[in-house]
Amino acid sequence: MALLQIAEPQDAAAPHQHRWALGIDLGTTHSLVAVVRNGAPECLPDEDGHCLLPSVVRYEADGAVRIGHEAAAQRGAIASVKRLMGRGYADIPNRESIALDLLEGDGMVRLHTAQGVKTPVEVSARILGALAERARASLGDDFVGAVITVPAYFDDAQRQATKDAARLAGIHVLRLLNEPTAAALAYGLDRAAEGVFAIYDLGGGTFDLSILRLSRGLFEVIATHGDSALGGDDFDHRIYCWMLEQARIAPPCPADIARMMRAARAAKEALTQDERARIALTLDSGEAIDLTLTRDTFFAMTSLLLEKTLASVRAALRDANLAANDIDGVVLVGGATRMPHVRRAVAEFFGKEPLVDLNPDQVVALGAARQANILAGNRDAHEDWLLLDVIPLSLGVEMLGGLAEKIIPRNATLPVARAQEFTTARDGQTAMSIHVVQGEREMVADCRSLARFELRGIPPMVAGAARIRVTFQVDADGLLTVRAREESTGVEANISVQPSYGLTDTEIADMLRASLAHAADDRDARALAEARLEGEQLLAATASAMAADGDLLSADERAAIDQHCAALTDAIAHAQDTVAVYHATEALASATEAFAARRMNRSIRRALAGKNIDELELPK
Amino acid sequence: MSELPDQGHFALFALPVRFRLDEAALGAAWRALQAQFHPDRAAHLSAVEQRRALQWATRINEAYNVLREPLARAAHLLELNGAPVDLERNVGADAEFLAQQMQWREALEDARSDANALAALAREIEDAAREQQDALARACDDQQDYAAAAQWLRRLHFTERIRAEIARFSSHRMTNGTAANC
Repeated sequence: MALLQIAEPQDAAAPHQHRWALGIDLGTTHSLVAVVRNGAPECLPDEDGHCLLPSVVRYEADGAVRIGHEAAAQRGAIASVKRLMGRGYADIPNRESIALDLLEGDGMVRLHTAQGVKTPVEVSARILGALAERARASLGDDFVGAVITVPAYFDDAQRQATKDAARLAGIHVLRLLNEPTAAALAYGLDRAAEGVFAIYDLGGGTFDLSILRLSRGLFEVIATHGDSALGGDDFDHRIYCWMLEQARIAPPCPADIARMMRAARAAKEALTQDERARIALTLDSGEAIDLTLTRDTFFAMTSLLLEKTLASVRAALRDANLAANDIDGVVLVGGATRMPHVRRAVAEFFGKEPLVDLNPDQVVALGAARQANILAGNRDAHEDWLLLDVIPLSLGVEMLGGLAEKIIPRNATLPVARAQEFTTARDGQTAMSIHVVQGEREMVADCRSLARFELRGIPPMVAGAARIRVTFQVDADGLLTVRAREESTGVEANISVQPSYGLTDTEIADMLRASLAHAADDRDARALAEARLEGEQLLAATASAMAADGDLLSADERAAIDQHCAALTDAIAHAQDTVAVYHATEALASATEAFAARRMNRSIRRALAGKNIDELELPK
Repeated sequence: MSELPDQGHFALFALPVRFRLDEAALGAAWRALQAQFHPDRAAHLSAVEQRRALQWATRINEAYNVLREPLARAAHLLELNGAPVDLERNVGADAEFLAQQMQWREALEDARSDANALAALAREIEDAAREQQDALARACDDQQDYAAAAQWLRRLHFTERIRAEIARFSSHRMTNGTAANC
């Protein structure tokens, strides 16, 4: 791209410079890591040959931390932490059956462990760290970054929490990718599928339904819907409640709850094959449970959960302006879609048998690995495709009277931005607060509170005279950033963010400091190296841009850019502090801004004049 | 985002500046530009280039969203022709249409408990929207009468709003019906 290399296959990194990039499926129950090797995606197994890492962490009193299989069967292990990401205490469904020691309080929920209080972000970082270690061991090499999948219906707080977890684990996030989209990528690329597809993704703790249009080289999400607190765990929970009812036992202790939940899950899995499942266990209390659960009973007690997923399917179809029989194929994703009544309900709804030939546990990680490979710059001539995803939930701001005014509608293609003007209510007012919420309801109280943005440094004026233009930008990860500027004076307002259910930058910085993996001098050296690399990349891009489109510059402009290039080269070679390199990079960036825009215009003309249009045109 | 193409959203996609739209051409141009400027194309480049890709892809999506929505497209077209319309501000003085508005509102109240009447009203309003859109196209593209176009745009704006209300109302009915079955 203009000042950006135009994305042609020959621009891809040379083969010997293969840059490893991971696809990570950070699941409620299990997590996986995959990578593209020799052109094909594959899941990386651990030493024992297991691809699935149980998403379970146990903090030991002696300071050790056990992750995955070795933590899974133990008491006091933390499971299903994904359900807590970016969530407050009061939001957690079925709290009594989670068998976790949750702390009541404001903001993101926290957990008591043998090593003190931990946030879900820290726990998730442990899981990501274990997968990163596995990848390094398996590849015998380091990787440049990872694509991490999130449920499509995750809101901004849940996405940010996931990205923060990666940051804590020292993993560079190339992109947050929606799970059903990842599955569609894996499926579409594997089968060269074309048409309109519905991805029905019922995981351990989340449900997503995405509708995509797949055509040659393009994966376009049309609509998405779901429930970020509905998954296979809830089916277990129904069995657990049934056990309590049937066995008439006293309210169980946490250890017994965990034991009963495990038995419930085992029964659910058995019913995939068998008509009936026996549930027999003895509790710490001495009470014995011996029950038989039939398929029919299980299907009946979970029909409401299934109906909730179908309501999401209908909502997504409505948003996409499609009927069930417009769908060319339905792909099932997530371990919970193994349940026979789920399959049957989906088949009946769409009037066709769902596609289940890819492993529902692995398909998300495999799709993520393919995108990671492309994002790392390993695009080759055979693999040229683009993914266009959407924002799952509308973004709004709080207006007078507690009404939520929508600023970005759900299902808008990313990246998307919208500017809104605000003014002051009092003479001399220099600060204001903007409350951003996410959701479809009309009242702020019924939407999800994301954050309060405090704008400071507004020049004092009479009431109503200031024109503060606030830009809400949602990037390709689905994450929101807010900028504000007073239009009449051009003063940039200073923004501080108070996330409602997230961690502040200071908290993250403290956690990073506290973790041994990031010793202080190591961190500074790394920051300087990164700043230098960033500067070098911009110098190289500028040089190639001037070689390609130098005719767009006057002699004066060329001289100015040369001067900034020389200054940046000097800073990279001599400066010992990160800030100096950063400033020289920014100076060159702004000196080339106009040039970049002209190159963009030129490449737009080329793109529209060339045959790309025909190539990308959808088959009718 | 200085010096980005500012000749309006039509120019960005090399489309003629008019209301009647070749939707396939718009879609194809949008995809061709995203294929080149989407942030995924710059993910392996420097932070500066990633930032520019984000801005440009955002700009391309913004233009696409305006052009593919008839109301937004018409408003943009009128602005380009020096006759901007503020749809949020009511100017009144369209007595003929005001009577129509009141009649629809009453019909909607009456149809709330009657699914057939609601469907009939929805059809009537859909036909009206189509006629208004045709009139808007004639005023913009054939007659270059932007004052008339502005009036048709205001009418269409109201009609679309009441249409959305009906759609919301119908979907509520559907959802409630579903819940009752469980």
